[in-house]
Amino acid sequence: MSRSARWIVFWLGAGGVGTLIVLAVLKLPFGGLVHPYRELSVPAAIGRSSPNIVSSVNFDQRALDTLGEETILLGSVVGAAALLRPSKNEREQLDRDEGRVLEATKLLGYLLLPVTLIVGADVVTHGHLTPGGGFQGGVVLATGVHLLYVAGSYRMLRRLRPTKWYQLAEAVAAGAFVVLGLVGLLLTGAFLANVLPLGVLGDLFSSGTVFFLNVAVGAAVTSGVVVLLAGFLAQALSVREVR
Amino acid sequence: MTLLPYLVAGWLLLIGCFGVVRSRDLIHTVVCVAVAQSGTYVLLLSLGFQYGASAPVQGAPGPVVDPVVQALTLTDIVVSATVTALLLALVIQIAKRQGTVDPDELDELRG
Repeated sequence: MSRSARWIVFWLGAGGVGTLIVLAVLKLPFGGLVHPYRELSVPAAIGRSSPNIVSSVNFDQRALDTLGEETILLGSVVGAAALLRPSKNEREQLDRDEGRVLEATKLLGYLLLPVTLIVGADVVTHGHLTPGGGFQGGVVLATGVHLLYVAGSYRMLRRLRPTKWYQLAEAVAAGAFVVLGLVGLLLTGAFLANVLPLGVLGDLFSSGTVFFLNVAVGAAVTSGVVVLLAGFLAQALSVREVR
Repeated sequence: MTLLPYLVAGWLLLIGCFGVVRSRDLIHTVVCVAVAQSGTYVLLLSLGFQYGASAPVQGAPGPVVDPVVQALTLTDIVVSATVTALLLALVIQIAKRQGTVDPDELDELRG
Protein backbone atom coordinates (compact mmCIF):
# COMPACT_ATOMS: atom_id res chain seq x y z
CA MET A 1 0.00 0.00 0.00
CA SER A 2 1.38 3.42 -0.90
CA ARG A 3 1.93 5.97 1.81
CA SER A 4 -0.91 8.25 0.75
CA ALA A 5 -3.38 5.33 0.59
CA ARG A 6 -2.25 4.33 4.08
CA TRP A 7 -2.96 7.84 5.36
CA ILE A 8 -6.44 7.85 3.81
CA VAL A 9 -7.23 4.53 5.53
CA PHE A 10 -5.83 5.85 8.81
CA TRP A 11 -7.77 9.13 8.80
CA LEU A 12 -11.03 7.34 7.91
CA GLY A 13 -10.46 4.78 10.67
CA ALA A 14 -9.25 7.31 13.24
CA GLY A 15 -12.18 9.61 12.48
CA GLY A 16 -14.62 6.74 12.96
CA VAL A 17 -12.97 5.44 16.14
CA GLY A 18 -12.62 8.98 17.53
CA THR A 19 -16.31 9.73 16.95
CA LEU A 20 -17.32 6.43 18.56
CA ILE A 21 -15.08 7.11 21.59
CA VAL A 22 -16.61 10.58 22.10
CA LEU A 23 -20.15 9.20 21.73
CA ALA A 24 -19.33 6.36 24.13
CA VAL A 25 -17.85 8.52 26.89
CA LEU A 26 -20.30 11.46 26.68
CA LYS A 27 -22.56 9.90 29.28
CA LEU A 28 -19.92 8.05 31.33
CA PRO A 29 -19.85 9.24 34.95
CA PHE A 30 -16.50 10.33 36.39
CA GLY A 31 -15.50 10.48 40.04
CA GLY A 32 -18.99 9.52 41.25
CA LEU A 33 -20.06 7.45 44.21
CA VAL A 34 -21.28 4.40 42.27
CA HIS A 35 -18.66 1.64 42.04
CA PRO A 36 -20.38 -1.78 42.13
CA TYR A 37 -17.13 -3.78 41.80
CA ARG A 38 -15.59 -1.91 44.73
CA GLU A 39 -18.59 -2.58 46.96
CA LEU A 40 -18.07 -6.32 46.37
CA SER A 41 -14.28 -6.58 46.37
CA VAL A 42 -13.41 -4.45 49.42
CA PRO A 43 -15.42 -6.48 51.99
CA ALA A 44 -14.16 -9.72 50.37
CA ALA A 45 -10.54 -8.59 50.78
CA ILE A 46 -11.01 -7.46 54.39
CA GLY A 47 -12.81 -10.72 55.21
CA ARG A 48 -9.73 -12.61 54.04
CA SER A 49 -7.27 -10.40 55.95
CA SER A 50 -5.50 -8.78 53.00
CA PRO A 51 -5.38 -5.02 53.56
CA ASN A 52 -3.96 -4.36 50.07
CA ILE A 53 -7.15 -4.88 48.11
CA VAL A 54 -5.45 -4.81 44.70
CA SER A 55 -3.29 -7.78 45.81
CA SER A 56 -6.38 -9.54 47.10
CA VAL A 57 -8.09 -9.10 43.71
CA ASN A 58 -4.97 -10.28 41.87
CA PHE A 59 -4.03 -13.26 44.01
CA ASP A 60 -7.25 -14.37 45.64
CA GLN A 61 -10.49 -13.12 44.14
CA ARG A 62 -9.29 -13.27 40.51
CA ALA A 63 -6.13 -15.38 40.87
CA LEU A 64 -6.96 -17.30 37.70
CA ASP A 65 -6.53 -14.08 35.66
CA THR A 66 -3.11 -13.60 37.25
CA LEU A 67 -2.19 -17.13 36.17
CA GLY A 68 -3.06 -16.11 32.60
CA GLU A 69 -0.98 -12.95 32.94
CA GLU A 70 1.90 -15.00 34.36
CA THR A 71 1.66 -17.33 31.35
CA ILE A 72 1.87 -14.36 28.94
CA LEU A 73 4.95 -13.19 30.88
CA LEU A 74 6.54 -16.65 30.65
CA GLY A 75 5.63 -16.98 26.97
CA SER A 76 7.11 -13.65 25.93
CA VAL A 77 10.26 -14.19 28.00
CA VAL A 78 10.77 -17.58 26.32
CA GLY A 79 10.02 -16.04 22.91
CA ALA A 80 12.36 -13.09 23.42
CA ALA A 81 15.12 -15.36 24.80
CA ALA A 82 14.79 -17.61 21.74
CA LEU A 83 14.92 -14.62 19.36
CA LEU A 84 17.93 -13.09 21.12
CA ARG A 85 20.02 -16.30 21.15
CA PRO A 86 23.29 -15.98 19.20
CA SER A 87 22.77 -17.54 15.76
CA LYS A 88 25.06 -19.98 13.93
CA ASN A 89 27.57 -17.42 12.72
CA GLU A 90 27.67 -15.40 15.92
CA ARG A 91 29.85 -15.83 18.98
CA GLU A 92 29.90 -14.15 22.38
CA GLN A 93 33.01 -12.00 22.68
CA LEU A 94 33.74 -9.82 25.64
CA ASP A 95 35.57 -6.60 24.93
CA ARG A 96 38.81 -6.09 26.86
CA ASP A 97 38.24 -2.36 27.05
CA GLU A 98 35.06 -1.67 28.95
CA GLY A 99 35.20 2.08 29.06
CA ARG A 100 35.35 4.22 32.17
CA VAL A 101 32.88 4.65 35.02
CA LEU A 102 32.95 7.80 37.17
CA GLU A 103 34.07 7.17 40.75
CA ALA A 104 30.90 8.88 42.02
CA THR A 105 28.73 6.57 39.88
CA LYS A 106 30.62 3.54 41.24
CA LEU A 107 30.22 4.64 44.84
CA LEU A 108 26.52 5.39 44.45
CA GLY A 109 25.90 2.15 42.56
CA TYR A 110 27.59 -0.06 45.15
CA LEU A 111 25.85 1.79 48.00
CA LEU A 112 22.44 1.51 46.36
CA LEU A 113 22.79 -2.13 45.24
CA PRO A 114 22.01 -3.73 48.64
CA VAL A 115 19.43 -1.02 49.43
CA THR A 116 17.57 -1.66 46.17
CA LEU A 117 17.60 -5.42 46.69
CA ILE A 118 16.22 -5.05 50.23
CA VAL A 119 13.53 -2.59 49.06
CA GLY A 120 12.56 -5.00 46.27
CA ALA A 121 12.34 -7.96 48.64
CA ASP A 122 10.32 -5.82 51.07
CA VAL A 123 7.85 -4.74 48.36
CA VAL A 124 7.38 -8.40 47.32
CA THR A 125 6.94 -9.87 50.80
CA HIS A 126 4.63 -7.11 52.04
CA GLY A 127 2.57 -7.12 48.86
CA HIS A 128 -0.61 -8.16 50.70
CA LEU A 129 -0.19 -5.47 53.39
CA THR A 130 1.08 -2.34 51.65
CA PRO A 131 0.83 -0.91 48.13
CA GLY A 132 3.03 -3.05 45.94
CA GLY A 133 3.30 -6.74 45.32
CA GLY A 134 5.05 -9.38 43.27
CA PHE A 135 5.05 -7.54 39.96
CA GLN A 136 6.33 -4.21 41.23
CA GLY A 137 8.85 -5.72 43.66
CA GLY A 138 10.07 -8.12 40.99
CA VAL A 139 10.92 -5.25 38.65
CA VAL A 140 12.74 -3.41 41.48
CA LEU A 141 14.79 -6.55 42.27
CA ALA A 142 15.67 -7.19 38.63
CA THR A 143 16.75 -3.61 37.98
CA GLY A 144 18.67 -3.60 41.28
CA VAL A 145 20.82 -6.48 40.02
CA HIS A 146 21.75 -4.34 37.01
CA LEU A 147 23.28 -1.65 39.22
CA LEU A 148 26.27 -4.02 39.00
CA TYR A 149 26.48 -3.12 35.32
CA VAL A 150 26.01 0.60 35.89
CA ALA A 151 28.54 0.80 38.73
CA GLY A 152 30.88 -2.09 37.95
CA SER A 153 31.37 -3.79 34.66
CA TYR A 154 29.57 -6.08 32.27
CA ARG A 155 32.03 -8.88 33.14
CA MET A 156 31.17 -8.58 36.81
CA LEU A 157 27.45 -8.59 36.08
CA ARG A 158 27.84 -11.75 33.96
CA ARG A 159 29.84 -13.49 36.68
CA LEU A 160 27.42 -12.66 39.49
CA ARG A 161 24.24 -13.20 37.48
CA PRO A 162 24.16 -16.74 36.08
CA THR A 163 21.40 -16.54 33.44
CA LYS A 164 20.80 -20.29 33.60
CA TRP A 165 19.72 -20.06 37.24
CA TYR A 166 17.34 -17.26 36.45
CA GLN A 167 15.83 -19.25 33.57
CA LEU A 168 15.33 -22.14 35.98
CA ALA A 169 13.85 -19.86 38.66
CA GLU A 170 11.42 -18.37 36.13
CA ALA A 171 10.08 -21.82 35.27
CA VAL A 172 9.99 -22.99 38.91
CA ALA A 173 8.13 -19.86 40.06
CA ALA A 174 5.54 -20.11 37.29
CA GLY A 175 5.14 -23.80 38.14
CA ALA A 176 4.75 -23.02 41.86
CA PHE A 177 1.75 -20.83 41.02
CA VAL A 178 0.05 -23.76 39.26
CA VAL A 179 1.02 -26.17 42.07
CA LEU A 180 -0.58 -23.85 44.67
CA GLY A 181 -3.66 -23.74 42.48
CA LEU A 182 -3.78 -27.53 42.25
CA VAL A 183 -3.41 -27.84 46.05
CA GLY A 184 -6.49 -25.65 46.34
CA LEU A 185 -8.31 -27.83 43.82
CA LEU A 186 -7.46 -31.04 45.73
CA LEU A 187 -8.30 -29.71 49.20
CA THR A 188 -11.36 -27.54 48.53
CA GLY A 189 -12.53 -28.45 45.03
CA ALA A 190 -11.76 -25.03 43.52
CA PHE A 191 -8.64 -24.13 41.53
CA LEU A 192 -6.45 -21.54 43.35
CA ALA A 193 -8.78 -21.53 46.37
CA ASN A 194 -7.33 -20.28 49.66
CA VAL A 195 -6.26 -23.33 51.71
CA LEU A 196 -4.06 -21.75 54.39
CA PRO A 197 -5.25 -20.14 57.63
CA LEU A 198 -6.09 -16.45 57.04
CA GLY A 199 -4.31 -15.20 60.16
CA VAL A 200 -4.65 -11.80 61.78
CA LEU A 201 -5.26 -8.76 59.55
CA GLY A 202 -1.94 -6.92 59.23
CA ASP A 203 0.44 -9.78 60.14
CA LEU A 204 3.20 -10.77 57.70
CA PHE A 205 1.94 -14.36 57.43
CA SER A 206 -1.72 -13.52 57.00
CA SER A 207 -4.22 -13.68 54.13
CA GLY A 208 -3.42 -17.34 53.36
CA THR A 209 -2.16 -18.19 49.89
CA VAL A 210 -2.03 -14.53 48.76
CA PHE A 211 1.39 -14.22 50.41
CA PHE A 212 2.82 -17.28 48.64
CA LEU A 213 1.29 -16.50 45.23
CA ASN A 214 2.70 -12.99 45.60
CA VAL A 215 6.20 -14.34 46.30
CA ALA A 216 5.93 -16.80 43.39
CA VAL A 217 5.00 -13.95 41.03
CA GLY A 218 7.79 -11.81 42.49
CA ALA A 219 10.34 -14.55 41.73
CA ALA A 220 8.92 -15.10 38.24
CA VAL A 221 9.00 -11.39 37.38
CA THR A 222 12.52 -10.92 38.79
CA SER A 223 13.93 -13.81 36.80
CA GLY A 224 11.90 -12.95 33.70
CA VAL A 225 13.16 -9.35 33.59
CA VAL A 226 16.74 -10.47 34.34
CA VAL A 227 16.64 -13.00 31.48
CA LEU A 228 15.19 -10.39 29.10
CA LEU A 229 17.76 -7.74 30.05
CA ALA A 230 20.55 -10.35 29.81
CA GLY A 231 19.46 -11.13 26.24
CA PHE A 232 19.30 -7.47 25.19
CA LEU A 233 22.59 -6.58 26.92
CA ALA A 234 24.34 -9.51 25.25
CA GLN A 235 23.02 -8.41 21.85
CA ALA A 236 24.30 -4.90 22.43
CA LEU A 237 27.63 -5.70 24.09
CA SER A 238 29.02 -9.14 23.43
CA VAL A 239 27.38 -10.99 20.53
CA ARG A 240 29.51 -10.46 17.41
CA GLU A 241 29.28 -11.93 13.93
CA VAL A 242 32.12 -14.33 13.12
CA ARG A 243 33.11 -14.81 9.50
CA MET B 1 -14.24 18.44 33.32
CA THR B 2 -15.67 14.96 33.76
CA LEU B 3 -15.09 14.15 30.09
CA LEU B 4 -11.39 15.05 29.99
CA PRO B 5 -9.83 11.78 31.32
CA TYR B 6 -11.80 9.69 28.84
CA LEU B 7 -10.84 11.97 25.97
CA VAL B 8 -7.18 11.73 27.04
CA ALA B 9 -7.50 7.92 26.89
CA GLY B 10 -8.99 8.11 23.37
CA TRP B 11 -6.34 10.63 22.31
CA LEU B 12 -3.50 8.37 23.51
CA LEU B 13 -4.95 5.43 21.54
CA LEU B 14 -5.30 7.47 18.34
CA ILE B 15 -1.95 9.31 18.61
CA GLY B 16 -0.26 5.90 19.15
CA CYS B 17 -1.91 4.56 15.98
CA PHE B 18 -0.95 7.78 14.15
CA GLY B 19 2.66 7.16 15.18
CA VAL B 20 2.53 3.58 13.90
CA VAL B 21 1.29 4.74 10.48
CA ARG B 22 3.84 7.56 10.31
CA SER B 23 6.71 5.37 11.50
CA ARG B 24 9.89 4.93 9.44
CA ASP B 25 11.70 2.91 12.09
CA LEU B 26 10.51 -0.29 13.75
CA ILE B 27 11.78 0.77 17.22
CA HIS B 28 9.62 3.89 16.84
CA THR B 29 6.69 1.62 15.83
CA VAL B 30 7.09 -0.49 18.98
CA VAL B 31 7.15 2.60 21.20
CA CYS B 32 4.02 3.93 19.45
CA VAL B 33 2.23 0.63 20.13
CA ALA B 34 3.14 1.06 23.82
CA VAL B 35 1.77 4.64 23.76
CA ALA B 36 -1.49 3.42 22.19
CA GLN B 37 -1.80 0.79 24.91
CA SER B 38 -1.24 3.34 27.67
CA GLY B 39 -4.61 4.84 26.68
CA THR B 40 -6.22 1.79 28.28
CA TYR B 41 -4.51 2.52 31.63
CA VAL B 42 -5.97 6.03 31.68
CA LEU B 43 -9.42 4.72 30.71
CA LEU B 44 -9.41 2.02 33.42
CA LEU B 45 -8.15 4.32 36.17
CA SER B 46 -10.69 7.03 35.26
CA LEU B 47 -13.52 4.51 35.49
CA GLY B 48 -12.57 3.63 39.07
CA PHE B 49 -11.87 7.15 40.29
CA GLN B 50 -13.96 8.83 42.95
CA TYR B 51 -13.52 12.41 44.18
CA GLY B 52 -11.98 12.49 47.68
CA ALA B 53 -11.37 8.73 47.82
CA SER B 54 -7.95 7.30 48.74
CA ALA B 55 -5.83 4.35 47.61
CA PRO B 56 -7.41 0.89 47.98
CA VAL B 57 -5.33 -0.15 50.97
CA GLN B 58 -7.12 -0.84 54.23
CA GLY B 59 -6.23 1.74 56.84
CA ALA B 60 -6.69 4.65 54.45
CA PRO B 61 -9.37 7.02 55.77
CA GLY B 62 -12.68 7.42 54.01
CA PRO B 63 -13.85 5.68 50.83
CA VAL B 64 -11.35 4.08 48.47
CA VAL B 65 -11.21 4.10 44.66
CA ASP B 66 -12.23 0.96 42.74
CA PRO B 67 -9.48 -1.67 43.31
CA VAL B 68 -10.70 -3.96 40.51
CA VAL B 69 -9.75 -1.55 37.70
CA GLN B 70 -6.38 -0.96 39.40
CA ALA B 71 -5.75 -4.71 39.34
CA LEU B 72 -6.73 -4.73 35.64
CA THR B 73 -4.34 -1.86 34.95
CA LEU B 74 -1.54 -3.73 36.71
CA THR B 75 -2.18 -6.76 34.49
CA ASP B 76 -2.25 -4.47 31.46
CA ILE B 77 1.11 -2.88 32.33
CA VAL B 78 2.81 -6.27 32.82
CA VAL B 79 1.47 -7.64 29.55
CA SER B 80 2.41 -4.43 27.70
CA ALA B 81 5.97 -4.51 29.07
CA THR B 82 6.60 -8.14 28.16
CA VAL B 83 5.03 -7.82 24.71
CA THR B 84 7.15 -4.72 24.09
CA ALA B 85 10.25 -6.77 25.01
CA LEU B 86 9.20 -9.53 22.59
CA LEU B 87 8.61 -7.00 19.79
CA LEU B 88 12.00 -5.35 20.41
CA ALA B 89 13.67 -8.78 20.20
CA LEU B 90 11.91 -9.29 16.86
CA VAL B 91 13.20 -5.91 15.66
CA ILE B 92 16.77 -6.96 16.53
CA GLN B 93 16.35 -10.13 14.44
CA ILE B 94 14.83 -8.18 11.54
CA ALA B 95 17.68 -5.66 11.66
CA LYS B 96 20.23 -8.51 11.51
CA ARG B 97 18.58 -10.43 8.71
CA GLN B 98 17.34 -7.60 6.50
CA GLY B 99 19.86 -4.91 7.32
CA THR B 100 17.13 -2.30 7.75
CA VAL B 101 14.43 -1.34 10.24
CA ASP B 102 12.39 0.85 7.89
CA PRO B 103 8.98 -0.83 7.53
CA ASP B 104 8.65 0.53 3.97
CA GLU B 105 11.72 -1.40 2.85
CA LEU B 106 10.50 -4.63 4.43
CA ASP B 107 7.37 -5.19 2.37
CA GLU B 108 8.88 -7.60 -0.17
CA LEU B 109 9.03 -11.28 0.64
CA ARG B 110 12.48 -12.83 0.61
CA GLY B 111 13.13 -16.52 0.14
